[in-house]
Amino acid sequence: MRHPRTWWKTCIGVVLTAIMLFPVYWMINVSFTKDQNLRHTPPYLIPIDGTVDGYVSVFSNELPYLATSLIVGLGVVILTVVLAAPAGYSLAKLRPRGGNGVTFVMLIAQMIPGIVMAMGFYAIFISLGINDTLGGLIIADSTIAVPFGVLIFTAFIAGIPGELMQAAKIDGASAWRTFRSVVLPLSRNAIVTVSLFAFLWAWSDFIFAFTLDGAGTQQPITLGIYAFIGNNNQQWNAIMATAVIASIPATILLVVAQRYVAAGVTAGAVKD
Amino acid sequence: MTTTAANAKQAGRGDGGVAAGVAAPPAPSPKVRPVRSGQWAAWAFLAPVIVYLVAFYGWPLYRNIELSLHAYTVESFVNGGAPFVWFDNYVKVFQSATFGPAVGNTALFVLVSIAFQFAIGMALAVFFFQHFKLAATLRALFLVPWLLPLIVSASTWAWLMNSDSGLINSVLHGFGLTQVNWLTSPQWSLVSVLIANIWIGIPFNLVILYSGLQNISQDLYEAASLDGANAWQKFWRVTFPLLRPVSAITLLLGLIYTLKVFDIIWIMTKGGPVDSSTTLATWAYRLGFGSVLPDFSSAATVANLLIVLALVFGLVYLRLQRRERES
Repeated sequence: MRHPRTWWKTCIGVVLTAIMLFPVYWMINVSFTKDQNLRHTPPYLIPIDGTVDGYVSVFSNELPYLATSLIVGLGVVILTVVLAAPAGYSLAKLRPRGGNGVTFVMLIAQMIPGIVMAMGFYAIFISLGINDTLGGLIIADSTIAVPFGVLIFTAFIAGIPGELMQAAKIDGASAWRTFRSVVLPLSRNAIVTVSLFAFLWAWSDFIFAFTLDGAGTQQPITLGIYAFIGNNNQQWNAIMATAVIASIPATILLVVAQRYVAAGVTAGAVKD
Repeated sequence: MTTTAANAKQAGRGDGGVAAGVAAPPAPSPKVRPVRSGQWAAWAFLAPVIVYLVAFYGWPLYRNIELSLHAYTVESFVNGGAPFVWFDNYVKVFQSATFGPAVGNTALFVLVSIAFQFAIGMALAVFFFQHFKLAATLRALFLVPWLLPLIVSASTWAWLMNSDSGLINSVLHGFGLTQVNWLTSPQWSLVSVLIANIWIGIPFNLVILYSGLQNISQDLYEAASLDGANAWQKFWRVTFPLLRPVSAITLLLGLIYTLKVFDIIWIMTKGGPVDSSTTLATWAYRLGFGSVLPDFSSAATVANLLIVLALVFGLVYLRLQRRERES
């Protein structure tokens, strides 16, 4: 059905979106502004006579930070999927006694403030001597994603018809074989959703990196930006250029996997 | 999603009961074995995550409680041997001059944040639920603030609110209004971090409320139209009452998430100036890491207060979710 008289709604929608995204535009605008124009009054609304100096500075200083974030993000993704997928299969299909208790713990775990976990991890990492290491940071960052991952996998695998697993069982497949050859291939969407969020959260993490890796030799990009701001640095074009680069994974996520994102947001909150 | 887990558990319990009943005779029937081996397999698949939870959730949380009940110094933190002091740290925290402002700011920050996020999110959800060109694309773009790393959002807002060169002050100046020291004056710092936090939280509210709208039957709106209801009446008489369960869940999740907020405040104002934008989360951090003489015991104590708050609201949330599922 055609709705010929809705163009004005589209206009309002565009205006609202523009207002909402204005700070993002401003970040991009400032990232291209020349040093001497940064403090110009009134500020330049578009980067006329722009510069890529900010980006040059990012690529000469921030590449190691970006590499660290990438490694930590991938580490968290692997750890999360390896732990969460089997747990989701078990909770959804294998009916462990007390499984409901485990689900309850997962829901509660998501509500624990990051600062509380950071404090506890700090005390433990100091005594184990693994503060300021990548492994420690991967473990800490994974705590954001693992409970979410288990809940997503449980919900998703519960929706796979039991007949498929029954058939595998009749063919003599073990639980492990069924999981690997039937459940995992069918859970592709859940794997994508969990991996995307695990990566994004690890990439965006500031609290754990700040407390557990503050003096590390390999620091993620969030600490790179923070160090930039904290240095009393007045080079806001370079800071904003780093921020733009740091936003790339979120942008890719939105473009490539928008439906998974919406699914991920609502999965934790609304009943099916 | 918890529905399915609960069903699975109930079914599991039923099977277990049957198995126990059948296992009593001396010659177990062949039916028993699959169930029992099923339990083994079930727990084998669950074991890694259980071990993980105990090690990386249980242990840090236990360590926090332990820290809060001992008087740790920097020296004993590294070498051990801190004396057990019962609840002295809690008394010390309650009597601290920062306690009042921190609790007040936390309450204000949480309540104002979720009120605005929810109201704006609701208005946008209803707006985008109408059919018009580009609606889906624009709604997707609204997710951007929620997906950006918090340090990116916080530093962008910090620059927008910069006293001398920020765009906001420049616009105020253009309208002939007095400029505001957003981040550096005690009366505006909390407002500043609130604005940034509301902006970040709108997409979450929009998406959840939008999915709630999708579950309302279109027939109800048609019936309301036939009865001559206008758009305003349809919202207050149909949409709003039917969205109540989803709204309650959205508000509670917003509450739990906002209690946690640390990054935005720390990056924009560090909780200052003085304590004007200090919340429980930033206070805990400052006690533990923000000075040359860290006080880990007090920091853990404040963190434990925060966790109690989060758990109370978390349990209310789970109760509410269960009640809604049963109705």
